[in-house]
Amino acid sequence: MGDLILLAISAILVNNILLIQYLGNCPFLGTSKKMDTAVGMAMAVVFVLAMAGIVTWIVFYVILKPFGLEYIRTLVFILVIAALVQFVELFLKKSIPALYAGLGIFLPLITTNCAVFGVCIINIDNEYGFIEMLVSSIAYPLGFGLALVLFAGLRERIIIGRVPTPMQDVAIALVTAGFMSLSFLGFKGMI
Amino acid sequence: MIEAIVGPLVVMAVLAAIAGTLLGIASKVFYVWEDPRIAEVENVMAGANCGGCGYTGCAACAAAIVENRAPVNACIVGGATSAQKAAAVMGMEVGAAEPITSENTCTGGFRAPEKYYYMGVQDCRAAHMLYAGAKECGVGCLGFGSCVKACQFDALEMGPDGFPVVKVEKCVGCGACEKACPKAIMKVRTPSQRILHMNLVTDRLAPCRQTCPAEINIPKYINHIKNKEYDKAYLTVMERNPMPLSIGRVCPHPCEDACRRALSDDPVSINQLKRFCSDWVFDNAAQVKIPVAPDTGYKVAIVGGGPSGLSAAYFLRRLGHKATIFEWMPRLAGMIRYGIPEYRLPKEASLDRDIKRILDLGGIDVKTGVKFGEDFDLGSLVGGGFDAVLFSIGAWKHASARIPEEDTVKGVIPATTFLRSQTEPGVGDPYPIGKRVGVIGGGNVAMDCLRSSVRMGAEKVYCLYRRTIAEMPANKVEIEACQHEGIEFIELCTPTQFLTDDDGNLTGIEFLKNELGEPDASGRRSPVAVEGSETVIEIDNFILAIGQATDSSFAEIEGAAASRLETNRGSIVVDPDTHQTAIPYVFSSGDSAGPPGLLVAAIGGARRAAIGIHKYLMGEDMAMPETRLRVDARRMKGHISNTMFDSIKGVEKKGRIGQPELEPGSYERQHTYAEVDLTVTEEEAVQEANRCMRCCLTCYNEDA
Repeated sequence: MGDLILLAISAILVNNILLIQYLGNCPFLGTSKKMDTAVGMAMAVVFVLAMAGIVTWIVFYVILKPFGLEYIRTLVFILVIAALVQFVELFLKKSIPALYAGLGIFLPLITTNCAVFGVCIINIDNEYGFIEMLVSSIAYPLGFGLALVLFAGLRERIIIGRVPTPMQDVAIALVTAGFMSLSFLGFKGMI
Repeated sequence: MIEAIVGPLVVMAVLAAIAGTLLGIASKVFYVWEDPRIAEVENVMAGANCGGCGYTGCAACAAAIVENRAPVNACIVGGATSAQKAAAVMGMEVGAAEPITSENTCTGGFRAPEKYYYMGVQDCRAAHMLYAGAKECGVGCLGFGSCVKACQFDALEMGPDGFPVVKVEKCVGCGACEKACPKAIMKVRTPSQRILHMNLVTDRLAPCRQTCPAEINIPKYINHIKNKEYDKAYLTVMERNPMPLSIGRVCPHPCEDACRRALSDDPVSINQLKRFCSDWVFDNAAQVKIPVAPDTGYKVAIVGGGPSGLSAAYFLRRLGHKATIFEWMPRLAGMIRYGIPEYRLPKEASLDRDIKRILDLGGIDVKTGVKFGEDFDLGSLVGGGFDAVLFSIGAWKHASARIPEEDTVKGVIPATTFLRSQTEPGVGDPYPIGKRVGVIGGGNVAMDCLRSSVRMGAEKVYCLYRRTIAEMPANKVEIEACQHEGIEFIELCTPTQFLTDDDGNLTGIEFLKNELGEPDASGRRSPVAVEGSETVIEIDNFILAIGQATDSSFAEIEGAAASRLETNRGSIVVDPDTHQTAIPYVFSSGDSAGPPGLLVAAIGGARRAAIGIHKYLMGEDMAMPETRLRVDARRMKGHISNTMFDSIKGVEKKGRIGQPELEPGSYERQHTYAEVDLTVTEEEAVQEANRCMRCCLTCYNEDA
């Protein structure tokens, strides 16, 4: 149990997928201008990663490993995650329209997002068991969401600040992201 | 070896087949009906997923259009084509969507002097960080082309003179250039937004453009003429002045008094160029398209179809409002039809064409022969569903010359009556003119009366004026024309009484000689009559042309809705910026809104009134910005500081083109109403346009 908590803390803070591993930077910059969109994106990532983590783990250990085909996991994972997200989108649209409206445009956006894909690979590389994989697949996107929401909060304030013309928009956002990354480095050595 | 390839391929194929099948089944099982129009609308869009419309991607924008949350022209990149197709899908009229285009407002470029040598990053925004750029001019283009780089549509290029040039046909109005420019030089605007913009002290305006009461973009249209793009020149004029054929003939052109070229040789013949390009468009029947904003649903009543009323109708229509003009005379155009003689303004060749162009916009109704206060009043207009009312009733009442019995002596005529009787047969009483005619007054109306009398067969025509010729408010060219036509000027005189025969017919007039005394409030020396200097001249007719006033007697009637209007010496009191009267939904422009003035000022006032009415109807803040430029064209005051020079250097002297006119003394000149001043030829126009230095605030082309 203690190991799982440590794993969760490590995934959320110490090895934050956005700020320490630098994965998923496109949605980090693209959807962080408004708090509403940031929250929607965070929810969508949690939702998709939990599903993708489970499916890719099963595909890897049930199909690829027995046949000695570990080397084509990249191709297979892309295919599986893309199909899965499409399926989930269709399913939600019909069955849970409220959730579909909430996640909306973000679902297809993260179909082959590198953060999603990266966590699936981490699950395999670290040889996690099923439970550990489950914790990791939820904790990493939570870390993603935490960073994204913090960042969106900062950017909403930056918009009303007096930013010099050449620094406006993406430039100041990247600088801010850099500082956030530095501060998250402070968690190193915690575990 | 083969196994190593086939194995994974088979696995991939099987997985893909499973995924495909599952998705196929899922799409059937979880099918949700969606409006098929969304896909159709999405197909006619640009498909760039640019987000310019404010929605997340084209699909979301299409859904918004189908659900009526967005207008059919929401897709900026797709432009008018996309809007029309989307409207066709939605089964509705698009209403002429207004084209949004970008415009560069600085023409400085390489000629603009620099205050230091800049060697940094070749980007406007970087250069702007260092003391707002190297150019001496605080608002000028820095010339590194950040806007050109920002344009995704190849619609901007760095011109040969060092400032960006917009390729209008490629511009989609996305606004990227405006965002990229640190100096706010690139302006992306719809025609409506351009109409609503008044000159500001922060704008880049040449002296002529600051002075023009109608705020016409003079350097721009002259540059079009230089490039032989006469239709574009005409359209540039039409943004500010809907009657260029008429104004091009009669405007006293205060712009030319401010022309910077005059400091070297002569001012550019701005008015002749305006007249040339407008004549060219009509003579060649060039197709010009004047965009009109989509209907707003508001209706405005315009009382008085003179130049100001017609112009206000034109601007209101272009802003999307419907207008109805109520005119008391049988035909439109007011004082310029019934007051300006044919030889100066041929009605069919100029005025009627101008009016037709305005009415061709559609949505402007005209009712002639109805008079406010008799056939209708404010109450019936409001009851008739009009949302605002504009009074542009002109100044038709003549002022008194304070000569005893001037109303009763036979042969004494007010100028307005005299001019009206001969401009439109059948209107007013025809006045038989004798052989000797006297006219009192020194303004343009007096000149019109003098020159008309010559054409009506008078052999001896006198002009009586209380000051000297040098102080006459009439245009110099008009005074010279009078002298060419043999009119005698009697300066410094004060008429004291009429001499009559036994039947009360005029036979002569007695006047006192004047001396010039102390300067009065207007800065001119006031005339003082000299006792005992009585002089008599024999005349058969005497015309009073000493000024006019507005007949606002309807505002005096107790209990009428219009009695809430405030008047001052006949004119209706208005806010000078918004032209709103004491009654919020009533506005006034032209001569009825102030002391009678120039035709071009009436048109400028009409645009301000149209803006005021537009803002009132749309519920917007009506106050004009603090930085609005207010130039007094008569006294040449109020220009942007440091833009009016005392001298200029390095400009080669080239005289301006002359005014072609009918031969003085010829039969046509003396006895017919044939137009005296003629239009310049194309070669002359281009030659004159090349004299324009294309000035901006402080810099100009020295080699023009």
